[in-house]
Amino acid sequence: MSQPTSSRGGSNGEARDTDWDGVRLHIVSGKGGTGKTTVAAALALALAAGGRKVLLVEVEGRQGIAQAFDLPPLPYEERKIAVAPGGGDVYALAVDPEEAMLDYLEMFYGIKRVGKALTRMGVVDFATTIAPGLRDVLVTGKTSEAVRRRDKLGRRVYDAIVMDAPPTGRIARFLNVTQEVAGLARVGPIKNHADLVRGVLASPETAVHFVTLLEEMPVQETLDGIEELRTTGLPVGGVFVNMVRPAGLPEGVLEAASRGRFDSAELALGLKAAGLTDVTADSSAVAEALAREVTEHALRTELEKRERVALEEAGVPRYDLPLLPDGADLAGLYELADALRAQSVA
Amino acid sequence: MTRTAPALDIDAILDDPDTRIIVCCGSGGVGKTTTAAALGLRAAERGRSVVVLTVDPARRLAQAMGLTELDNTPRRVHDVDGAGEAGGELHAMMLDMKRTFDEIIEAHADPERAQQILTNPFYQSLSSSFSGTQEYMAMEKLGQLRRSNEWDLIVVDTPPSRSALDFLDAPERLGRFLDGRLIRILTAPAKAGGRSAFKLLNAGFGMVAGILTKVIGAQVLRDIQMFVTALDAVFGGFRQRAEQTYRLLQAPGTAFLVVAAPERDAMREASYFVERLADERMPLAGLVVNRVHRPLAPSLSAARSSAAAEDLDAKGEHELTAAVLRLHAGRMQLASREQRQQEHFTSAHPTVPIAQVPAMPEDVHDLAGLRQIGQLLAS
Repeated sequence: MSQPTSSRGGSNGEARDTDWDGVRLHIVSGKGGTGKTTVAAALALALAAGGRKVLLVEVEGRQGIAQAFDLPPLPYEERKIAVAPGGGDVYALAVDPEEAMLDYLEMFYGIKRVGKALTRMGVVDFATTIAPGLRDVLVTGKTSEAVRRRDKLGRRVYDAIVMDAPPTGRIARFLNVTQEVAGLARVGPIKNHADLVRGVLASPETAVHFVTLLEEMPVQETLDGIEELRTTGLPVGGVFVNMVRPAGLPEGVLEAASRGRFDSAELALGLKAAGLTDVTADSSAVAEALAREVTEHALRTELEKRERVALEEAGVPRYDLPLLPDGADLAGLYELADALRAQSVA
Repeated sequence: MTRTAPALDIDAILDDPDTRIIVCCGSGGVGKTTTAAALGLRAAERGRSVVVLTVDPARRLAQAMGLTELDNTPRRVHDVDGAGEAGGELHAMMLDMKRTFDEIIEAHADPERAQQILTNPFYQSLSSSFSGTQEYMAMEKLGQLRRSNEWDLIVVDTPPSRSALDFLDAPERLGRFLDGRLIRILTAPAKAGGRSAFKLLNAGFGMVAGILTKVIGAQVLRDIQMFVTALDAVFGGFRQRAEQTYRLLQAPGTAFLVVAAPERDAMREASYFVERLADERMPLAGLVVNRVHRPLAPSLSAARSSAAAEDLDAKGEHELTAAVLRLHAGRMQLASREQRQQEHFTSAHPTVPIAQVPAMPEDVHDLAGLRQIGQLLAS
């Protein structure tokens, strides 16, 4: 999967081959509850590691990035929010569609200072909430501007951009901007802008990743999302399997347990040897309760195995992220970033 | 100090004939649709005539309720227990937002005008795009079902919005747009040829019209003008309709259930939702916490369990027991983390009743599974 590296090496001079060399825009989607924002944040940290500069973009006004990094709400402004392992900076931007629209007007038409009038007239409200697809074009437009942006010396301002994108059910529609504004604009400035954005999104510099859990619905939605992206000609990235728990027990034991054949008598002996018989008056009751926990765990592990097989059918790289025992706090983000780097994601 | 929330009595809500609408809301991925379907089934099996309105069900859940096609019409769900004898029945439907929008147009416009609207490119885009339309149409459909008075209980699950609150704002937003100044600007030239448009043509209008033309192009502007003119003439009081739905949600016969999972983000969203419902004076019935992990041997603490596992490892015996103890310790840790999340919520909202549903090893995709969830909700 790895190709010769085209990216800069780390500050310590290491040159790393990663699976996504050449990709500068990482779009992270996932069903609600799968930890999409957490994974996007960890990916930004991983990509920034070793002295790079990465922008993490949020597009749905949920302030999820601020929450992930334990910060006060982010403004519509690119600001540094974290330092990556081995140097490197993560910047964040919470895109506000209304501000993005005023930005857009200023950038492309030189129309400044009219924001208030437009807002008062309800034009901004109209454009960002009612007009179909326009909101999405403004948001993806702002993001692709950051991808293309160069400084005065012609160097890229950001090495990579990570977008915490809408959930899987809406991702293809969200990114398929040209189609989205078709009803609004078959020709004209919006169409041109949408085409420009589409050019960035559909390029080999972009990858759309999916975050999933090993559960039926998130896996099904991931497969549907991948299929939809392929149909619309957008570049599918990897699948990040989040909250993976270790099997914890030997395969044979799990297999037997899932068929209701777990030997709690042996367990009772073990509990006795461990000096746990005084926990309750009846140690065999504890052994039986633990045996039921094992059975539930075994059933779940079996389901996870089936879902893993289903994911394989998509034929895209998969990466595992461990379940964090203390939840996804700041330390957890760095742990996940390490896991991503260990698997050559970044 | 452990804070204990009051228990949410689901059956009392389902059995109360004054409960006419139950709205399940919450962030994405917390099991809203499953909760709505389970509540609907339970209510029907307890004798009520129920319709479940669902927005975007998982395929297999839809199949479980016999919803094989998205046809915007309530369908009878068969194999409901106790139906007939107790007089209960269950219907279910999937929302087709475009068709719902089309039907409003067809019902209120003369055929010629309706045709004008339905074929307008801007309308076609608006009615099939997700931004706001789905939320609005879900509420519109809810209003229609309620006015039909055909069911004595409607259970609705809210759209998987970018923000879980969008469905509250959508009617207001669409109403504001259709009643707003922009509409007057857009419709003015078409309405009165030149004169009144000229009167409006002050600096602000000229500038806005100029920018609009520049940014979206003249053709699009014409499409939009045609669309809003036609729409305006059809139901001048679009906002009234939105307000009617809004009042319906505030009525005492409505019960909001906030659905969450015992995780930080989902609980935070639930908190926000509870506050927002209070602000809007919407009647909150309680919080449903799905996928709660309950240890089956709670008397054996995580610390004790881990210590015993280490002890066995050191002795080099009973490897399997050590592994089981570590598994149990993990489960106890998870349970206490989930417990803390709920305590945070209850500290902030001590009066909100809570019902818990334990995590299932497998997803639900048949009536038996829904029935089981219903029992767990009520216990």
